[in-house]
Amino acid sequence: MGEGSEADSARQQEVEAVEVRLLLEGIRSLYGYDFRDYAPASLGRRLRKILEEEGLPSLSRLLEMILHDPAQMGRFLIALAVPTTAMFRDPGFFLALRQKAVPLLKDLPFFRVWHAGCSTGEEVYSLAILLEEEGLLPKARRYATDLSQEVIDKAKEGIFAAKAMQAYTNNYARSGGHGSFSHYYTAKHDLAIMRPDLAREVVWATHNLVSDGSFNEFNLILCRNVMIYFNPKLQERVHHLLYDSLAMGGVLGLGRGESLLGSPHADCYRALDVSEKIFVKVK
Amino acid sequence: MRYRLVVMGASLGGLNAMQVLLKSLPKDFALPLAVVQHRDKDFVDTALPALRAHSLLPLREVDDKQAIEPGWVDFAPNDYHLLVDGDHYALSVDELVNLARPAVDVLFISAAEALGPEVVGVILTGTGVDGAQGLQAIAARGGLALVQDPATAEAPGMPSAALACVPQAVVLPLEGIGPFLARLT
Ligand SMILES: C[S@@+](CC[C@H](N)C(=O)[O-])C[C@H]1O[C@@H](n2cnc3c(N)ncnc32)[C@H](O)[C@@H]1O
Repeated sequence: MGEGSEADSARQQEVEAVEVRLLLEGIRSLYGYDFRDYAPASLGRRLRKILEEEGLPSLSRLLEMILHDPAQMGRFLIALAVPTTAMFRDPGFFLALRQKAVPLLKDLPFFRVWHAGCSTGEEVYSLAILLEEEGLLPKARRYATDLSQEVIDKAKEGIFAAKAMQAYTNNYARSGGHGSFSHYYTAKHDLAIMRPDLAREVVWATHNLVSDGSFNEFNLILCRNVMIYFNPKLQERVHHLLYDSLAMGGVLGLGRGESLLGSPHADCYRALDVSEKIFVKVK
Repeated sequence: MRYRLVVMGASLGGLNAMQVLLKSLPKDFALPLAVVQHRDKDFVDTALPALRAHSLLPLREVDDKQAIEPGWVDFAPNDYHLLVDGDHYALSVDELVNLARPAVDVLFISAAEALGPEVVGVILTGTGVDGAQGLQAIAARGGLALVQDPATAEAPGMPSAALACVPQAVVLPLEGIGPFLARLT
């Protein structure tokens, strides 16, 4: 590999960095979604993937398309925001919630839960099942928010692919579920329809962690695998927002690969489960 | 020192290969080492404790945004892609790449973008083609490409695919890789 091609490849990267800035600025000014403080490495990957799938030669062309056709923005929002999720994702997390967080909630006359970045709802239904089995569902006031209206619409429906259910059944059992998972949904052709009462009382809303503020005080907040997409500066903002939104003694659940590293309030939490990243606000 | 990071990818046979390799790295190995190992879904739960017995360097599972620092061997957590982002790691749950999450290509390409010629990429035993494109990205930015001799690999697929993409890569038998890396620092 010669010096020339190394220089080419470095220059190409520089051009792309400029295009990313222009694209994000365009999306922000026109549509109000601010992706500028997302983590650059994974954001860059997703943008390149969009180009590939759309058969576009450059991000500049993508920008043109998004600016002139608002319908495109909705599609790209989902691709940019990464809605990957699963029921009882990381069964050990839900097991630890059951064993260590449930006892803290049991004593309260009622409690508020916030799913921040709920995606298509799998996490919300998972927790609903857990709470029901622990006899706590009637006491829970649940809020589920996400950046994208489209994923929320999907979450509200509570209809998932039947072929995912086998893996979810397995996750459910490993998460300490004491019933039969099939009791919580009805299979219809290739779909699994979740029992509607599991989510009937949930307040679904769009909420952007980048720009929106605290809207209530919660006893349990799950914000899992959302902040991994943010750079350290934005993580600090969101950690502050979560801290602000948590009642004293409230529980914060992060994704397995996340931590309080980026939190300005790390010393205000006590670890309830170190490896499952479950924390209690103690001051 | 010319290099700032070693990235390594392995799949089938990786656990045995990592044991041999880690054994031959000195306690004062001066480069951070980031590893993607797929195949075992619960790799970091089951295999990390076993690997610790073979390594002079401490091993850990990466947390999102953790600093990249020498003195550690850092593993991608289960079911997350591991990326290099500036001077720290980042994680993502984006779709599978080459049917894998974590994927070697994701780590290698991000490392090439972040650190250019200061990256060493190492492909060890494994089936499939994951890592080949990533190693090519590292070589294209002037980094050092290293491949386990397919003849010494439990599964020659990944090293062979990598060599097909990066014919100029340094080829070494498994036992030679640790000492070679130690001499780089
Ligand atoms: C990878 S999913 C995680 C879903 C679920 N919490 C889990 O762990 O399975 C990330 C979610 O975060 C949402 N998200 C991304 N940026 C956001 C923002 N700025 N504000 C609110 N939600 C956001 C995405 O739309 C996506 O649904």
